Amino acid sequence: MLVKIEVNNRIIEARKGETIMSALESAGIKIPAICSMKDFTPTGACRMCVVEVEGKHGLVPSCSHPVNEWMKIKTHSPRVVKSRKTIVELLLSNHPDDCLYCVRNGNCELQTLAEELNVRERRIMGRKNNYKLDHSSPSIVRDPAKCILCGRCVRVCEDWMTVFAIDFLNRGNKTIIGTACDKDLNFSSCINCGQCIMVCPTGALFEKDALTELEDALHNPDKTVIVQYAPSVAVTLAEEFGVKPGKEVGGLISAVLRKIGFDRVFDTSCAADFAAVEMAAEVHERKKRKEKMPLVSGSCPAWVKFAEQWFPDLLPDMSTCKSPQQLLGTILKTVYAGKEDIDPGNIFSVAIAPCTAKKFEAQREEMTRKGLSDIDSVLTTRELAKLIRLYGIDMNQIGSEIADEPYGIPSSAGRLFGAAGGMSEAVIRSLPHITGSKDPSSIKYQELRGSKGRKEAGVKIGRNVYRFAAVSGLSNALPLIEEIREGKGDYDFVEIMACAGGCVNGGGQPIGAGDTAVRARMKALYGIDEKETIRFSHKSPAVSALYHEFQDGPGSKKCRSFFHTRYSERKVLL
Amino acid sequence: MDGKTNDILRKYPKGARDSLIPILQDIQDQEGYLSEQSIVEVGRYLNLPSGKIYGLATFYNQFRFEPPGQYHVCMCQGTSCHVTGAGDVRKELEKKMRLKPGETTRDGKFSLEYTACMGACHLSPLIRVNDRYHTRVAPGDVKGILNSFIEGEEE
Repeated sequence: MLVKIEVNNRIIEARKGETIMSALESAGIKIPAICSMKDFTPTGACRMCVVEVEGKHGLVPSCSHPVNEWMKIKTHSPRVVKSRKTIVELLLSNHPDDCLYCVRNGNCELQTLAEELNVRERRIMGRKNNYKLDHSSPSIVRDPAKCILCGRCVRVCEDWMTVFAIDFLNRGNKTIIGTACDKDLNFSSCINCGQCIMVCPTGALFEKDALTELEDALHNPDKTVIVQYAPSVAVTLAEEFGVKPGKEVGGLISAVLRKIGFDRVFDTSCAADFAAVEMAAEVHERKKRKEKMPLVSGSCPAWVKFAEQWFPDLLPDMSTCKSPQQLLGTILKTVYAGKEDIDPGNIFSVAIAPCTAKKFEAQREEMTRKGLSDIDSVLTTRELAKLIRLYGIDMNQIGSEIADEPYGIPSSAGRLFGAAGGMSEAVIRSLPHITGSKDPSSIKYQELRGSKGRKEAGVKIGRNVYRFAAVSGLSNALPLIEEIREGKGDYDFVEIMACAGGCVNGGGQPIGAGDTAVRARMKALYGIDEKETIRFSHKSPAVSALYHEFQDGPGSKKCRSFFHTRYSERKVLL
Repeated sequence: MDGKTNDILRKYPKGARDSLIPILQDIQDQEGYLSEQSIVEVGRYLNLPSGKIYGLATFYNQFRFEPPGQYHVCMCQGTSCHVTGAGDVRKELEKKMRLKPGETTRDGKFSLEYTACMGACHLSPLIRVNDRYHTRVAPGDVKGILNSFIEGEEE
C-alpha cells in the first residue's frame, strides 16, 4: 500500500512499512549513512542518517524509522546538516591525519563524508589513539587507530561468514574491534576471506601488501618471475580503470603484465581445468567404490580453513585436489621448470587472485615441495590495479595479447570457476569423459548459475544420476553441511565458496562495487562460455599435454603425489 | 576439561544463553579471573563463539582477565571517594604499582582494580586490599600502605 509523505515541501509516495531512508532513496534523495548496510537489519547506531520529522522532538534515524502517512520530513535542514557535520567532526577528532599515506585515500567513506559536509577545519580536538597495527595475519592487516566503530566488519563476519572472529571489545570511549581474548588475528578463527575489508568505510582493514617483495623479485636478474591471473580478476580489473562492470580484459592483463616485466604470463583457469578433471575423477572413483558421498570441494582457501576449524569431520570427504592457484604453482616449479630447464629455486611464482585468503593459502605448509613454496606471492585485484598505476601503464592505449604457452589457453569451463556454481558445471562437463559415457547434448546448466546462495542440479551420466549442490556464502553453507552430516541430501559433489557469489565477489576485489557489479562479472564469465570453442576442461590443450607428460590418466598415483594434499584439524580460539 | 569449571557449568543444566553472565561471575568468584581456557569452555557449553563472550565480558568492569595478585588492591570509584580526592590517590597507585586497572605485577604480588562504591562513604577515599580496608587515604599514604605488605612478608 502506498502512502503520501511530505519531503522538503514536496509530496512523494512511499510504501507503507518501509523505512524513511528507503522511501527517500526511491525519490532520489541521498542520505549519508555509515553503519547501515543493505540486507541487514538497521541498527541506527551512527546517527548520520538523521532527518527532521515535524512533531518529533529529536532528530529521527531514517535507516530504522518507518514512514507514516503525511509525515513531514526535512532531509537537509540546517539542524540536520549541523548534526551530521558534528558527527563527522567527532569521528575525525581522534582519527589519524594521514590520508595521504592511507591505502584508502580517494576511496574512503569518512573522507567523502567530510568533503560532502564541507568540514574544513579541526573544530574538536580529541585524544589520538595509538593502537598497534595488527600485521600478524598473512592476509589481512588491522589498523584499529583508523577504525570508526561502525561495526560493519563485525556484522559480515557474523552474519555472512558465521565466523565470529571479531567483535566489539570494552565499552564507551575505550571500545575497539578485536578478536577473542584480544589476540592477534592469526591466532583467531579468522578465515581470511576479506569480506570485512570490502565493507570497511576507512583504512582500518586492508590486505597485506605483496607489492614490495614483488618489486624486489622483478628487479632481480636471477629470478624468473612467473605470473598467473584468475578468471574472476579478468572480468573485474577494468572496473578499477573506470569501465562499466562486466568487461573481460584477460588479453589486456596479459599485455600489461608483460610490460611490467613478468617473464611468463599464465592463466589460472588452465589449472582450474586440470582441477575439474581431477575432481571429476575423484567423484567417479568414490561412486564406483561406493564410498561415502558427497565429495566436498576444497578449492576455496577460506572454506578450507573454516572446515579445519569447525568441521574437521568433513575433511576426509574433502577433495584432495589442490586449488587451481596452487596446482599451477606446483606445475610451474616441477613439470614446467624441468621442461624449460629453470632451477625451481629461481622461480618467483606470483598469483593474482580476487581473494585475500589466497595469500594465506600460498604460505600453508601443505603447499610446499622440497622446501619451496608452490606460490611465492599473491596479489589481489586491487593490488594489480595499484601495480599497473605504479608502472604508469595506460590501459586504454594497449592491445590485447594472449597468455603464454602452455598454460595460456584455458577452456571456458575452467573460467567458470570464477562464479559460484561454475566449478560444479566444469566437473559435470568432464564427468562423462571420465566415466567413458557420451557427452550430454546440452552443457549449459542454468540451475547452477546466478547469484542464488544455494544451487542444485541432477545430471544423468551413463546409467548413474549425479547430484550436485553449489553453495556460496558460508551462512548458506551451514544448513547444507548439517544435511551432509545427517546423511541427508544424497549429493555426489558439493561445491562450497566462502564469499556470496563466488570468487567474483572475493575479498580482494574493488571496494564498493555492489551487487550489480558482481552479477555483471558473473554474466561476463557466462558470456565467455557462450563464445568459446573449447568448453570442456579435459579438452583444454594444457590439460591433455599434462596428462601426456605424466603418461597417466586423471586421478592416477603420480597426479596424486604432485597435485593433491590433505588437510587436518586446526586448533584456534573458536 | 578443567574440573572446577565443569562443576560450575553443571549448575546451569539448561545451557541457555541467559546464564552466560552468572556463569562468568561464578568462575571469577572461584578463580579470581576469567582465563582463556574458561572462556573457551563456557563458549563450548553455551554454543557461543569465544569472541562474543570476550566482547561481552570486557564490556563489564566486574570481569578480570589476569589472575589477581597476592595482594589485590581495590580502589573505590564512588562519588564520595571521587570528591574527597580519589583521583589523586588513583594516580599515585598507578605510578607506584606501575599497573593499570585489571593488571597484575609480573611477580604475581600485586594487582589493581577499580570498584564501584563500597558503602563506606564517610571514610572516603577508600582502598581495600584483600579483606583489609584503608580509610581516608591521601596520595602520600599510598607508599606506606604498599610497603607494609612487603615489610610484613620480610618479618
